[in-house]
Amino acid sequence: MTIVQTHTGRALPLTGNDIDTDRIIPARFLRCVTFDGLGAHAFEDDRQQLNGQHAFDHPAYQEATVLVVNRNFGCGSSREHAPQALAKWGIQALIGESFAEIFFGNCVAMGIPCVTAASEDVTRLQEAIAADPQLTVTVDLANLTASYGDQSMAIAIGEGVRQMFLAGTWDACGQLVAQAEQVKSVAARLPYVAWSK
Amino acid sequence: MSAGTLFDKVWDLHTVGTLPSGQTQLFIGLHLIHEVTSPQAFAMLRDRGLKVLFPDRTVATVDHIVPTENQARPFVDTLAEEMMQAIERNATDNGITFYNVKSGNQGIVHVIAPEQGLTQPGMTIACGDSHTSTHGAFGAIAFGIGTSQVRDVLASQTLALSKLKVRRVEVNGTLNPGVYAKDVILHIIRKLGVKGGVGYAYEYAGTTFEQMSMEERMTVCNMAIEGGARCGYINPDQTTYDYLQGRDFAPKGEAWDQAVAWWNGLRSDADAHYDDVVVFDAADIEPTVTWGITPGQGIGVSEPIPTPDTMPEDERAIAQEAYQYMKLQPGSPIQGTPIDVCFIGSCTNGRIEDLREAAKVAKGKRVASTVKAFVVPGSERVKQQAEAEGLHDVFVNAGFEWREPGCSMCLAMNPDKLQGSQISASSSNRNFKGRQGSSSGRTLLMSPAMVAAAAIAGQVTDVRSVL
Ligand code: SF4
Repeated sequence: MTIVQTHTGRALPLTGNDIDTDRIIPARFLRCVTFDGLGAHAFEDDRQQLNGQHAFDHPAYQEATVLVVNRNFGCGSSREHAPQALAKWGIQALIGESFAEIFFGNCVAMGIPCVTAASEDVTRLQEAIAADPQLTVTVDLANLTASYGDQSMAIAIGEGVRQMFLAGTWDACGQLVAQAEQVKSVAARLPYVAWSK
Repeated sequence: MSAGTLFDKVWDLHTVGTLPSGQTQLFIGLHLIHEVTSPQAFAMLRDRGLKVLFPDRTVATVDHIVPTENQARPFVDTLAEEMMQAIERNATDNGITFYNVKSGNQGIVHVIAPEQGLTQPGMTIACGDSHTSTHGAFGAIAFGIGTSQVRDVLASQTLALSKLKVRRVEVNGTLNPGVYAKDVILHIIRKLGVKGGVGYAYEYAGTTFEQMSMEERMTVCNMAIEGGARCGYINPDQTTYDYLQGRDFAPKGEAWDQAVAWWNGLRSDADAHYDDVVVFDAADIEPTVTWGITPGQGIGVSEPIPTPDTMPEDERAIAQEAYQYMKLQPGSPIQGTPIDVCFIGSCTNGRIEDLREAAKVAKGKRVASTVKAFVVPGSERVKQQAEAEGLHDVFVNAGFEWREPGCSMCLAMNPDKLQGSQISASSSNRNFKGRQGSSSGRTLLMSPAMVAAAAIAGQVTDVRSVL
C-alpha cells in the first residue's frame, strides 16, 4: 500500500470546462484488453485538431505530472481508460475547480488525488504555469495546500478520501475482500437473492 | 421502517459496514459486465490471485464493439475480436452467465437486464458503464463504475462508496403530443445543467413519471448521468410490477407476492427528507434538440440557438466552443438544419416502444436522398419483437437500414461512424466532440420520433408537424 501525502512536480494547465472522457481518450482506443499504450492517445482528437498546439503536445510540458483543469473535468463515460491514459502519459495528481464523480472515484482507485480549489486560484495557477512551464507545484494532502514559487493556495478533497491517501488505503479492494463473511450475511438477509435462485 | 427515501432504505439494507475511510461498503445485488470495461478487471483479479465471490450475481453480454452488419466470426476488426475472446474466456473460466451474439438474449447491457427481469426494485446494481442509471427506472439504485471497481465487485460483490444526497426532481402534468420521455430528460438537463447533479441521486417523481411506461422511465433514468447525477430512480408502482411479472428472472408464485409487498415497503415515504426539490411543469416541455457539445446545450425545436448574452457568464466559453465545433450560428433557428446521418438506437432509445414511435413517423414516407439512416435495435429480443410487428418493413420500405443489435453509433467503437464533419440526428445520449467516431463529427440529440422526422425531411423538423 502506498501512502500518497504530497506530490511535487511540474505542471500542465489545460483550460476549459466540461472536458469529457470521450475527449480524454476517444472510444476507438478502448478496443484493448490492457491499459498499456493508452498514454500515447490521451486527447488524441483534440491534439490533432489543434495541430500540435494542444497543451499535451507542448514541448515544455512533457515532464509534467500535475494536471491543472477547470470545472467538471472528466464528465461523461465511466471509462477508467481516461484516468489510465492520463496516468500512463505521466500525470500523478490533478488540481481543478471540480471533477465528475465517476472520474474522481476512478482516480482514487488508482492512487491519483484530484483536489479542488477556488476558481480564481486555479486560474492564477494556470497562468503562472503558462508564464513559467518550469514551475514546480506541490500538492500537499496533509496540509491541504498547493504551493508553487512563493504562492500557496487552499485545496480541498473529501475527508474520507484524504484519509485513504494519507493512510495508504486508497486501494479499497483488499479491505472489501476481507469482509467476505459479512458480505455473505448481508446477501442472506436480502430477499431477492433467494428469489432468483 | 422510519421515514426515508427509497435511496436511504436500499442503501441501509445493502450496507455491509463502514470502511476505515468513512465510506460505506455496499453490497451489489446485480453486476452487469460487457467486453470493454471488464478484461482489465479480470486481469487485476488474476494478478492478485482473487476469485469471483458470487459468480451467479454477475451477468455478461457484448454490445459496445459488436458490428451491426456482418457479425461473422472472427470479426474483421482484430482488436474487437480479441475483446470478444477475452470476455468469452473470462465468463467461462469464472462460471458467469454470458449472453453472446446470436444467443437470442444478447443486446445492450441496459436493455437486456430489464427485459429479462434481472433488474428489480430495491436492488443495488453496478456496471462498468455510466448509463447504469437506467435500471433506476425500477426503483433500483444503480451505479456506473470504473474498471478498478468492476474488479472490486467481482472480488467482493461490494463497492466502497460515499452516500449521495437525494434531489427530488418533480415533473407534473401530461406531456403534449409529440413530446416524449427523451424531451423530458433533455429539458431537465438543460435546466439543471450537466454538473447540477454531482453528489446527488435524482428521484424522479410527479404525475408525469407516474403516467410513463417502464420504457419511458428507463429513457429518463438513463440520462441521469448526463445531468451529473450518478444514479436516478423512480419509485416502483403497479406499472413496474406489471412490466416485471412473468419475465424470465422475476420472482414466481408465492415469491411474487412477497416481492410486491417488499417492493411497496421500499417506496419513498410521503414525509421523507430530501436534500433538494425542484419542480417542472410538463406543459412547458417542447420537443427538445441539442445544438452544442454537451447534453445540457438543448433547446425547444422552435427556439433559436441561444446567443451568449442570454446565458449565465460561466456557460459562455463552452457555448463559444460549441458554435465553432458545430458550425452553427447563435440566434439562428435549429429547425431546418440539414442532416447527413440519422441514428435510431442505443440504451436510451433502442427499445420496442422507441422503434414503434419512430416507425409511426416513417410509415409510408421516404428517407431524404441526402441522408443515411439506420435503425439498431437495442437487443436481439427487441429486434425479434419489431420484426414480429412488421416494423422492420416499415423502416426498410422507407429507406432506413435495419441492423443487428449493439451500441453502434452511440459511441462508434464498431464500424458505424460519422465521416468528417457529418452531422447526425441521433436518439443516443451524448453529443460530445468526436463521440460518434469522427473527430469533427457533429451530433444533435433528440427523440427517436424526431430522428425519424429528420430522416424524412433531410433536416431538423418539428415532429409535431408530421404526426
Ligand atoms: S448504447 Fe451508448 S451509452 Fe448505452 S451502453 Fe452502449 S455505448 Fe454506452
